Amino acid sequence: MNSQRIHAVDITSRNLKANARLSLKDQQLRHNMRSAMDSLISKRIISMPDEDERENLRELGNKVRASALSQLPDLLERLEANLTQQGIQVHWASTTAEANEIVLKIAQARNAKQVIKGKSMVSEEMAMNEYLTEHGIEALESDMGEYIIQLDNEKPTHIIMPAIHKNAEQVGRLFEHRLAIPYTDDVDSLIQSARSILREKFFHADIGISGVNFAVAETGTLLLVENEGNGRMSTTVPPVHIAVTGIEKVVANLQDTVPLLSLLTRSALGQGITTYVNMISAPRQPGELDGPEEVHLVLLDNGRSQAFADSELRQTLNCIRCGACMNHCPVYTRIGGQAYGTVYPGPIGKIISPHLLGLENTPDHPSASSLCGACGEVCPVKIPIPALLRRLREENVKPPQQPGQVMDGQGSRYSSKERLLWKGWQYFNSLPWLYKTGTFMATRFGGLTPKNLGPWTQNHSAPKPATRSLHELAKQHLEKKS
Amino acid sequence: MSNQFYNAAPQETRVAPPRKPARTYPANKPAQVYLFGTCVVDLFFPEAGMDAIYLLEREGIAVDFPQGQSCCGQPAYTSGYTDQAREVARSQLKLFANDWPVVVTSGSCAGMFREHYPDLFKDEPEMLAQVQNLAARTYELAEFLLHVCKVQLADHGAPLQVALHTSCSARREMNTHLHARALLGQLAQVERVEHDHESECCGFGGTFSVRMPDISGAMVADKTQSLLASGAQQVVSADCGCLLNINGAFEKQNNPLLGQHLASFLWQRTHVEQEPSL
Repeated sequence: MNSQRIHAVDITSRNLKANARLSLKDQQLRHNMRSAMDSLISKRIISMPDEDERENLRELGNKVRASALSQLPDLLERLEANLTQQGIQVHWASTTAEANEIVLKIAQARNAKQVIKGKSMVSEEMAMNEYLTEHGIEALESDMGEYIIQLDNEKPTHIIMPAIHKNAEQVGRLFEHRLAIPYTDDVDSLIQSARSILREKFFHADIGISGVNFAVAETGTLLLVENEGNGRMSTTVPPVHIAVTGIEKVVANLQDTVPLLSLLTRSALGQGITTYVNMISAPRQPGELDGPEEVHLVLLDNGRSQAFADSELRQTLNCIRCGACMNHCPVYTRIGGQAYGTVYPGPIGKIISPHLLGLENTPDHPSASSLCGACGEVCPVKIPIPALLRRLREENVKPPQQPGQVMDGQGSRYSSKERLLWKGWQYFNSLPWLYKTGTFMATRFGGLTPKNLGPWTQNHSAPKPATRSLHELAKQHLEKKS
Repeated sequence: MSNQFYNAAPQETRVAPPRKPARTYPANKPAQVYLFGTCVVDLFFPEAGMDAIYLLEREGIAVDFPQGQSCCGQPAYTSGYTDQAREVARSQLKLFANDWPVVVTSGSCAGMFREHYPDLFKDEPEMLAQVQNLAARTYELAEFLLHVCKVQLADHGAPLQVALHTSCSARREMNTHLHARALLGQLAQVERVEHDHESECCGFGGTFSVRMPDISGAMVADKTQSLLASGAQQVVSADCGCLLNINGAFEKQNNPLLGQHLASFLWQRTHVEQEPSL
C-alpha cells in the first residue's frame, strides 16, 4: 500500500529542520502550497473587508475565549452535568492512551468492526486510526481531504484542509492507483467517485466519530461545523456517536458561539457560514426516527492543563482551530504541514505541540520562525503567537530540570557554550570601551572576514564591515560642527 | 485531569490589550534629538546613520549621538536570552537622560524600545517608568521626518523606479511602510513599483537566519526574485537587518541590484551641494 507515496517528507520524523530541508526541494509542493495559501488569504480578507468591524470582532472573539478559560473548571463541570442529564455519556482522559482506551471499550461493548470518522484533529492527536486498526477495527475517514491522505498513508498537512498540498492531478493518480478508477483530474468527478464509496460505508459503520468545534456548557450542546455533510452523516447514521475533543473547547453559552462561528469560518475559508452547522445535545429519543442510540463525549487533556497553568501560555488555549495562522505563515507556506512532524503544524502547532509532546520532542519548533508576526495579526482570537514563540524559546534555553519548571522538556536546547556566548554578547554591548574596541577591530580588519561563515554564507556573501563605524563618523562630524 | 489544572488561578486569564489609538505627534519639531544608530548600521551601513544626521540637521534639528550606544538587545530577546537582553537594554536606557526625542534608523529597533522594553522591565517599577518615558519619545526615522518634521522633499535626481521593502516588525509595530511610502511619494521623479508578496517577510528574523538557514534561504530567495521581477532599478528599505539579508543574498547571486537605506536614498535625491559663497 505504501509504495507510491508522492510526498517527499518522512512523516515519521519530528526533526523539523531535516524535514524542512526535504520539503523545500519539492517544487510541486511549494507550488501547490503557495497558490492554495494565496487564495485563502484573499478569501479571508474579502469576507471581512471592513477593518474596524474585523478588529472589533477579533477583540470580541478574544474576550469570549478568555472568559471561557477564566471559568474553565466550572464550565467543564456544568457541561458534564448537562450532557449527562440529556443522555450523553461524558468521559475524561488525561492522556491520548486513556482516550483511545475509552473509545476502544465503547467499540468493544458494541462488538464494533467498522468506524466511520468525520474530521477530528483530536483523533489525529490520539493516532486513533492506528490504534483501532491494531485492535481489529477498521477506521475510515469520510472528510474528503482526510480520505485522500488516508488513501496515501499520509498525515494531514493542514488542520482544516488536510490534503491542500495535493493538486487534482495528484489526487487523480492516487485514486487511479488505489481505487482502480480511470484517471481524471476533474475535481467534481473525483469527489463523486469518493462520495459513492463513502455512502456505502456510512450505512455499514457501527460507530461514527467526530470532533467538536464548541462545547456549550449552559445548554449541553456539541457544535460541529462542516461543508461536506459527512459530519452530519457520521454523527447521525451509525448507532453510536463518539465525539472527541480537547478540554479547552468549552464555552459558556450559545450566545458566545455566535462571534466565534463568525470568526472561525471567515478566518478559515472566507466563508460567512459553513454549509452545515450541527448542534448535538442528546441521543435518539423515544419516538424519534433517526439519530444514534448512544452518544459519548471524550474530553482530552493531553498537556493542555500545562499550558493552562501559566497565564501567558494559557492564551495558547484560545485557539478555535481555524488555520488562518498557517495560511498566512511564510514558513508554513514553504515547507508544508507535514514537515513539522506534529499533528498541529504552522504557527499554532509551534506553540501547542510543545505542551502536547514536551519541548524535548519539539526542540526546533519554537525557533522555526522569523517572528514576522503575520500569524498574530490574523488570529481571530488574538493569540499573541510571536510573543508565545519567544517565551517558548526562553523555556527552551533555560537549564533543564530546575524547580518551578512550567513545561515538560524545559531546556531542551540548553547549551552552556551558547549561554556563555550570549553572556559575552551582553558584556560587549553594555561596556562601551569593549564595544568600541570590538568595532574598531572589525572596521580595521574587516577585510579579514572569512569567506565561509557557516549557515550565513549558505545564502549570503560574507558581510563586509565598513572601514569606519558610525560612532567614529558621527563623533568627527559633531566635533567639527561644535 | 491533573491537579495542576485545578490549582491554576482562573483570574490569571489574560485578555488581549485593546488596540492602540493612532499615534499623535507634537505640533512643532524639537530643537534637539538623540540618534540611536543601531548595531547593524554602526558596523555595516554607517553612511545611512550619517545621512540620517544630515537629514535631521537640514530640518534645523541638533543631533546628539551618545557614544555609549550599542545594540537595542533584540537578538538576545528574540533568541530567548531575556536576562542578557535586559542588561543590554539597561545600559542603553542610561544614555537618553534628557527629554529629547530618540530617532532610530531601524523600525524593528524602534519597535524594541517601544513595544518590548516595557515587557523586559515589567517587574521593575522604577525602571518601567523610565522605559515608558523612552517609549513615548522614540520614533523611527521615516516616521519622525514625515510626522514630526513634516518634511517637504524636493527631488533633484533623475527618473527612477524603486521597490520598497519594509521589515515585518517595523510594519506591524511602527507602520514604517506607510511612512516610507509617503516620503518616497514626495520625490517627483521617483516611482515606487510594487513587488510580488511585498508584505511578506524576507527571511531574516535575526538569529533565525542562522538557526534555520534552509527555510530562511528559501524565503530570501523568493524575496530577491520578486524584487528583481518588479523591474525596479533600486531597492530601498528602512531596516538594515533586512538589508543585510537581502543585499547578502543579491551579492551571493552575483546580482547587480542592491538595497539602500531610506536615509541614504532620501539624502542623495534631495541634497544639493551649496555653491561656495564669494
